[in-house]
Amino acid sequence: MSDHSAAPGVTGTAPGAAPPASAPPASSPPPAVPATDERGRIEKAARAAEPRGSTLGRLLDSGVGRNLGLVAVLVLLCVVGVATADTFATTSNLLTILTSASIIGVITVGVTFVIIGGGIDLSVGKVMALASVWATTVATQSFGPVVMVFCALAVGAGAGLVNGLLIAYGRIVPFIVTLAMLISAQGLAERISGRRSQIVTDPTIAAIATTRLLGIPLLVYIFAAVVAVGWVLLNRTTFGRRTFAIGGNPEAARLAGLDVRRHTIALYVLSGLCCGIAAIMIASLTTTGSSTHGTLYELDAIAAVIIGGTLLTGGRGTLIGSILGVLVFTTITNLFVLNNLETEIQNIAKGVIIVIAVLIQTRARRSSSG
Amino acid sequence: MTPLLTMRGIVKEFPGVRALDGVDLDVDAGEVHCLLGQNGAGKSTLIKVIAGAHRPDAGEVVLDGTPVSFGSPQAADGAGIATIHQELDLVPALSVAENVMLGHEPSRWGFTRPSDAEALTRALLLRLGHPEIPPRREVGRLSAAGQQVVSMARALARDARLIVMDEPSAVLDPEEVRNLFRVIRELTAEGVAVVYISHRLDEIREVGDRVTVLKDGRTVARDLPARTTPTAEVIRLMTGRSIEYVFPERAAADPAADVVLEVDGLARAGEFAGVSFTVRAGEVVGLAGLVGSGRSEILETVYGARRATAGTVRVRGAALRTGSVPAAVRAGMGLCPEERKSQGLLLHEPVYRNVSLPALARFARAGFMRQDAEIAAAGGVTAQLDVRPADGTRAVRTLSGGNQQKVVLARWLLRGCTVLLLDEPTRGVDVGARSEIYALVRRLAAEGVAVVLVSSEVPEVLGLADRVLVVREGRVVHEAPACDLDEARVLDLVMEGTAHV
Repeated sequence: MSDHSAAPGVTGTAPGAAPPASAPPASSPPPAVPATDERGRIEKAARAAEPRGSTLGRLLDSGVGRNLGLVAVLVLLCVVGVATADTFATTSNLLTILTSASIIGVITVGVTFVIIGGGIDLSVGKVMALASVWATTVATQSFGPVVMVFCALAVGAGAGLVNGLLIAYGRIVPFIVTLAMLISAQGLAERISGRRSQIVTDPTIAAIATTRLLGIPLLVYIFAAVVAVGWVLLNRTTFGRRTFAIGGNPEAARLAGLDVRRHTIALYVLSGLCCGIAAIMIASLTTTGSSTHGTLYELDAIAAVIIGGTLLTGGRGTLIGSILGVLVFTTITNLFVLNNLETEIQNIAKGVIIVIAVLIQTRARRSSSG
Repeated sequence: MTPLLTMRGIVKEFPGVRALDGVDLDVDAGEVHCLLGQNGAGKSTLIKVIAGAHRPDAGEVVLDGTPVSFGSPQAADGAGIATIHQELDLVPALSVAENVMLGHEPSRWGFTRPSDAEALTRALLLRLGHPEIPPRREVGRLSAAGQQVVSMARALARDARLIVMDEPSAVLDPEEVRNLFRVIRELTAEGVAVVYISHRLDEIREVGDRVTVLKDGRTVARDLPARTTPTAEVIRLMTGRSIEYVFPERAAADPAADVVLEVDGLARAGEFAGVSFTVRAGEVVGLAGLVGSGRSEILETVYGARRATAGTVRVRGAALRTGSVPAAVRAGMGLCPEERKSQGLLLHEPVYRNVSLPALARFARAGFMRQDAEIAAAGGVTAQLDVRPADGTRAVRTLSGGNQQKVVLARWLLRGCTVLLLDEPTRGVDVGARSEIYALVRRLAAEGVAVVLVSSEVPEVLGLADRVLVVREGRVVHEAPACDLDEARVLDLVMEGTAHV
């Protein structure tokens, strides 16, 4: 992923104006200040230059603040939970919330990357279903758990690759490409499975969902690991930087020499890979591979990304916000289940929360960027 | 006879710029009044004042003997003033009739009456001499010339008495231009006044009645007869702008320096053809040409942002893969694009991330960013260029135009390039930052960078470049050392190349 631009020194005859290509920070141009001091100074300046506006707006506009807002919502939901259901605050219930958040959470990580990169992926739910079916056919299962996992990942990544190629080189808008993928992945999954649920007979795969480490389900660890890798990838690597750049202004990124099309493909492959991981998780949890898995997951994932503060137009967003968004939705579902409320009302509540969250974010952004 | 439109002492200021500084203009009913002036002379601002898009800070506008003050384009529209812009403001997905009647649809009880609209449109198209355009055709499927006719029909539908045409011939072929002129003559015969803006002097001579020349936001000549005023006289009036920028001293380019950039027979269907030139290390080559002449397209094709249909680009002897920006950047090219905001910057990202964008890999180890090194290096370059405010974590969108341009330049300074392509590097840049950018370009050249500069401002090309290529209608029509050219000569070459002043 680091070979998009030239290795330092290829442009060798650069004018003296440019700093030496591979200079370590200490020897780079004028401010020969130790890097830490420099950063401290810049951060201080950044704080001084904080946008003016209402305190609320300022708080909500900062990346952390926006997440704090979601944390507050989550806390509020927990308070409601404790007040209305005795069983809410039990360890087993909290683990239930985390477990049910884990599958959609893994998918949301991939969707966050795609949306920050200026795209959209509607196909995630059914790509996951297809991967779960393909990985649990009698033939695949006969090769054992490693091949099953590999199969799920390959199917997910392959579907992502097709999405990416059609978007980057076929120049079809992501909405249409991934909608078509959603429909055909559903069809293919039904065709392979003959519309039947395929039972997972492999004990290793089945054990993933039942295994606990230190009392916490393995699924939650997988979720956490995907989030951690995703966070590092987004915030600490050139890949993440390029994702923000092509989402924020694809033309500027292209003219700065980034290979926008190749990166676009990589983003959809990444999203597909997340679907593959989620496919193994859901196959293990339900002990079936089925074409009915993942219905409407794409909307849940996109909703979580949006209330997490990521711009649907790309270029700005946080992974942590998306994950908090997933947790908010999962907690709401849990509250409704515990209180024996109908799912219809639950969906109404979700809709209202999406609108309120976006309203608050828009206002905060406006008041601070004035 | 009182003029239809009289403007006296019009002043319009923008932050840091006095775009109009006392413009006078008289337009009679039934005449074609031509407006001439170089880029930046104030033509566009003046049109916007006429069309109600800008409110003048001082001065008087009298329409038909009554002082008016248009607060909005709708007000000007209501007073019978229509503007046909370079970029036509039609809705491509609607039909011809729907566009012509847009906002004024014939209706009864709130229901539109498409048959009435079509009948009215058909009558207008007939009056404009274009009965062949079907009122039901989708506008997006018409040719540029056809769309222009629709724009004019729309102006007539509003009973426009004054139609402003901003470079209407730029998108037309000669046959269509002749047709346009016929329509203009018919309109003026009916008493409609036309304000006609064009850089093509032959057109002005053919269709115009009187000429007003603007320079530095002032009227420098009015009431010139369009047909008989010699080209040399017109160019003399347009040149010699008083805002002089300080161009840095330049050392003569070393004629023995290595050729860095070789462009050979480069072409793009419908845009330009047969473009060949070379640039040596340390040389600044200027491309002079009008908007639409193909100069920016040439630059972007050299850079690989557009795919050439013929020809090759070589950097230090190695041919570049066509249509690949990454290949061009790897070979040591950098581009500062024409539209800074839409093509150059990540507006919401901090300055340092905009600067490091093409050089990300340099600040990464195994793909992981070393942000301290990145911020320090970017800060070093922006400090060199005196980008203000100096805080590199500020979002680029909060910076002024000049400082934003410096951020784009800083990007290539940081990455280091052997060929720097600059497209309108000083557009929307204040005077101070201009001089700094000029000094930077010369300094980079002195350090051995090969620079290609595109600019609409002739003095800028002459002041910065060692050698000038004049581009007209997609071809390089002249090439000469800058010292052998003067502003009037370049302007003449850019516009028509017949005056030999």
